[in-house]
This record gives sequence, C-alpha cells and structure tokens, in this order.
Amino acid sequence: MQFGNIALAVRRDWREWLTFIAFVGPNLLLFGIFTYYPLGQNAVLAFSNYNLITRSGEFIGLRNFDTVFSSTQFGKILINTFVFTVASVTLLLVLGLMIALLLNQKLRGRNAARSILFSPTILAGAAIAIVWIYIFDPRFGFIYALLRPFGIAAPKWLTDPNWAMPAIIIVYVWKNLGYATVIFIAGLQAIPRELYEAARVDGAGALDRFWHVTLPGLSPVMFFLVVTTILTSFQAFDIINVMTKGGPVNATNTLIFHLYELFFVQSSAGRAAVVALLLFVLMMVVTLLQVRYLERRVSYA
Amino acid sequence: MRDIVLESSGDRRLVTDQRVTHITQRVMGYVAMFAVVLIIGIPVAWVLSGALKTNREIFSTTPQLLPANPTFENFGKAWRAAPFDRFYLNSFITTLLGAGAEVIMAVTTAYALVFVRFPKRDWVFILLLLALMVPEEVVIVPNYLTIAGWRMVNTYPGIVLPGASIAFGTFLLRQYFRTIPPDLIDAAKVDGAGHLRTLLSVVVPVAAPAVATTALLSITAKWNEYLWPLLITTTEDMRTLPVGISRLLDQEGNTEWGVVMAATLFVIVPVMLIFLYAQRFVVDGIASGAVKG
Repeated sequence: MQFGNIALAVRRDWREWLTFIAFVGPNLLLFGIFTYYPLGQNAVLAFSNYNLITRSGEFIGLRNFDTVFSSTQFGKILINTFVFTVASVTLLLVLGLMIALLLNQKLRGRNAARSILFSPTILAGAAIAIVWIYIFDPRFGFIYALLRPFGIAAPKWLTDPNWAMPAIIIVYVWKNLGYATVIFIAGLQAIPRELYEAARVDGAGALDRFWHVTLPGLSPVMFFLVVTTILTSFQAFDIINVMTKGGPVNATNTLIFHLYELFFVQSSAGRAAVVALLLFVLMMVVTLLQVRYLERRVSYA
Repeated sequence: MRDIVLESSGDRRLVTDQRVTHITQRVMGYVAMFAVVLIIGIPVAWVLSGALKTNREIFSTTPQLLPANPTFENFGKAWRAAPFDRFYLNSFITTLLGAGAEVIMAVTTAYALVFVRFPKRDWVFILLLLALMVPEEVVIVPNYLTIAGWRMVNTYPGIVLPGASIAFGTFLLRQYFRTIPPDLIDAAKVDGAGHLRTLLSVVVPVAAPAVATTALLSITAKWNEYLWPLLITTTEDMRTLPVGISRLLDQEGNTEWGVVMAATLFVIVPVMLIFLYAQRFVVDGIASGAVKG
C-alpha cells in the first residue's frame, strides 16, 4: 500500500517533469543556441581574426580591440551614439510626459488620439524612414513645400553633416513618441486619486501637486522608460541604414551601424564582435541599474 | 470638480479660480489632441498624397499637399518595380512561422512556469530573464556564422530560427496566468484533464486577451523586422517587405517618389489594418507591461 503510493507519486512526478521539459525545452534550447552560446562565441571571436570569406581565423590577442578603438572615426561614432541616445531619450521623455499630462483628463476622443499617436510605433522602421526621406527631400519634400511660401530654403537634411543627425533624431522620436506617451498615461492613472485630494485639501496648487504628487508617483514608470528607451536607442538600425547609411562622412554612424558595417561591409567578424561586446557591456550596465532600482522599489511578485 | 456651496467670498473666489484652471486645462488637452493628430497625420497624408500624385505633380517646383489629379497608376508601377509578390509571400511565411513559434512557446513556457511542478523551476525562470537582457543585435555575428554553418543562409528557417524563442511574451503571459484562480485548474484536473487539455481548454480561453496581445506584438515585430532579414537573405526573391522596399531607393538618386510611396503603403497597410482592428489589445498590453513590471 505504502510502496504503491510512493511508486504512484514518483510516476506522477516523472510525468510532471516530462511535461515541464516538453513545454519549456524548445524555448530554452533556442535561447541556448541563439542567445547564450553566441554570447560566449562573441567573446572568442573578439580575440580572433576570423574572416567571413575564408571561414577561418586564429587567436590574435587584443589586436581587434586596438584596431577598433584607435580608428579615426571611432571617437566620432561614440559621440554620435551618445548624442543620439541622450537627445532622443530626453525628447521622448519630455514630450511624452507633456502630451500624457494633457491627454490624461476626460476628453472626448482621448483614446483615439492615444491610438493615433501610438500607431507609428508598430510600423516598420524601414518604411517610416523612406517616408521621411521624401518629407525631408530638399527639392520635392513636404518641409520644402512648407517653407517655400516664406522664402526659407529647406536644409539638405540627409546630405548635410550638420543636419543629418537632427533628421535621424526627429524620425526616431516621431516613431516612438506614442510608446512613451502610452506608458506615461498608464503611470498617471496608477497614481491614487486620494493623493491629489489630500494635496488639494492641504492647499497645494497645480504646480505643487505636479512636483510633489505626480512626479514622485511617476518615478517607477519614468525609470522604466529611461531604461527601455536607452536600450532601444542603442538598437536603432533600420532608420539609420535606410536614411543615411551612417553618413554623410560618419555624421550618423553609431555603434550599431558600425557593427553592421564592420561585419557585412568589411567582413571582419572579430572587429564586429568587439563592437558587439562593447554594446553588450553598455546595455548590461543600464539593465543592471534598472534591476537594482527595482529591487529597492518593488517587491518581485 | 464638484460644486461646493461655500460661505465666505474668499472661498468662492478659490472655487472660480479652480474652475478657470480646470477649463484652461481642458482646452490645452484639446489643443494637445489636435497637435498629436497633426504630428502623426501630416506625414501619413504626405505618403497617401504622394502615392496618388502623378510624376508631374511630384516633381513640380510648387508641391501641394493634396493631389490635383489623383491616380492609382503608382500602385501598379510599384508592384512591377520589384518582385512584390515574392516579398509579400516571404513576409507572410516568415511572420507566420516566427510569430507562430513565439506564441506557442510563450504559452507553453508560461503555463509550465506557473502550473507544472518541477524542481528548480525558478532557475528556469531566471535563465529566461537573463535571455531577455541580451538583445538580438549583440549576437548577430555568431548567429550568422551558426546559420551559415547549417547552410541555411537565404532560407526561411535561416530567417526565422534565431528569433523564434520568446522571453518577453512569456513574462507577459506568466503574469496573467498567475491571476487565474487555482480552482479553475483543479476543477479541470478533477475532470481528468491532463496538462495539455487544461492548457488548451481552460487557461488559453481564460487568458485570451493576454494571448492576443502577445500574438499581435509578435506579428508586428516579425513583419517589421529589418536587420536580420537584411543580413541573412542574399537574393532578391528571398527578401521580406521591409528589406525589399528599402532597396527601391538604393538604385540611384532620382527616386520616383509616387512609386516608392505606393510601395511603402504595401508594407504599412496590413499592419495598420491589424492595429485598427485590435489597437486596444496592443496599447493596453504595452501599458500594463510597464506599470505592473
């Protein structure tokens, strides 16, 4: 009797475990092959002169790091990445918060406006980039058409090294503004109404309420947005590749574009792996900051 | 704001002040809505009008927002300018396979993490959590070598496989599955249902909105994917739509904008239609992911 029960329990456990493996296995296996293994492989490649064409390579120490970091355009690429990230993240947060605050009241058609603003987020970056090339076109584009009556010459956005980066940032912010706004609206709606009532009873004005109730109440969402928008800005490739290909003269060359360029234009897996490692470290730092913050703020349920 | 009857005139002024700020705020709200519609609407209008304009209007020195003589001939020209039937077919197949794999694995993985007993289940969870922190871009070089080693460059499996696993959707669903009352699961067990039946006949129907959100996010992500299909496809007949249209520009400087805008609509319209139909799921799903963490 006793034994029978145990045998039954063991068999039941086995069945549970097999089910678990069948349900989780394929997903984990794919992560193993295409996420964990390549992470290690990347580190190996960074120290080798692996060539895509000859499909062979050997250990060359730190030479790839040296070549990548000391190349003349690398400083420019780091600055571009920094400028692109800081400018887009700041614009997304400030504009997103402003629009969210204004939309977060009982307005007719508010949900429609929210969805309209969100719609570019779900469209292909490559398609949006093409649309904006036409908008920016200095001879036939919308901005030209808009400025012409005022006698103002439209900038040669994508071929002028001073205007290419702002153009890319405009498109990127345009595409992702709806995302930031939607998250901010959700954050605003999660702030308990009683806090506002209490502040009002205490005689706090609109500005006081914003500083002492809204902003602190939004801080988890704000932090989430800072982290996710920084991470996605590091991955912004389609818009840059379609609109400028990193040009003119490296004016919009960022780390992710440089990675692509090293691998598929110069066929150097090793040097591309160095850039990939650098990107990974940068993104890891940002992510770990978030994890530490979450640990402090929210209990993981 | 509720109307409150107040005694002193000072208090009354306070109430009027509040009402004035309230009205200003509402007006500003409508102004913001109008601005939002313009910010998004103008580029959209520019694409539509570009696609409907004749070349003469597009290359005129005084461009107008609205086409004077709308024509559909750009769509035909666009369709012939590149093998769009192939692009569509490739996009459909890779989206179907990629998003299908993601949704199935997200559902089964989340189910197992919540309802199936297994020693060290949390470790599995952490393994997935860590995978979420590795963006695709960081591992494209080794993945390219892996796919090349398997002789899958320029094939559907080559496009689909590296992106087929799913962490984010798994978390979204796990979060949702945890809110399903255990009684429901127990009732199914008492009825003699195994895990697969419980999953299909109890959990998935109950969690339908979350599954729909995951599916929509997967579908749009796969349909729009650019970097990986660009790298792993080598011939025109294997390109997906986003990669295919961006090559319409590559040929020379003098782009035929009417044709290219029409081609852009080929890519945008299917996703737009899905979004119009299901925007609630997508927008709310994204928002809840951020707030609930």
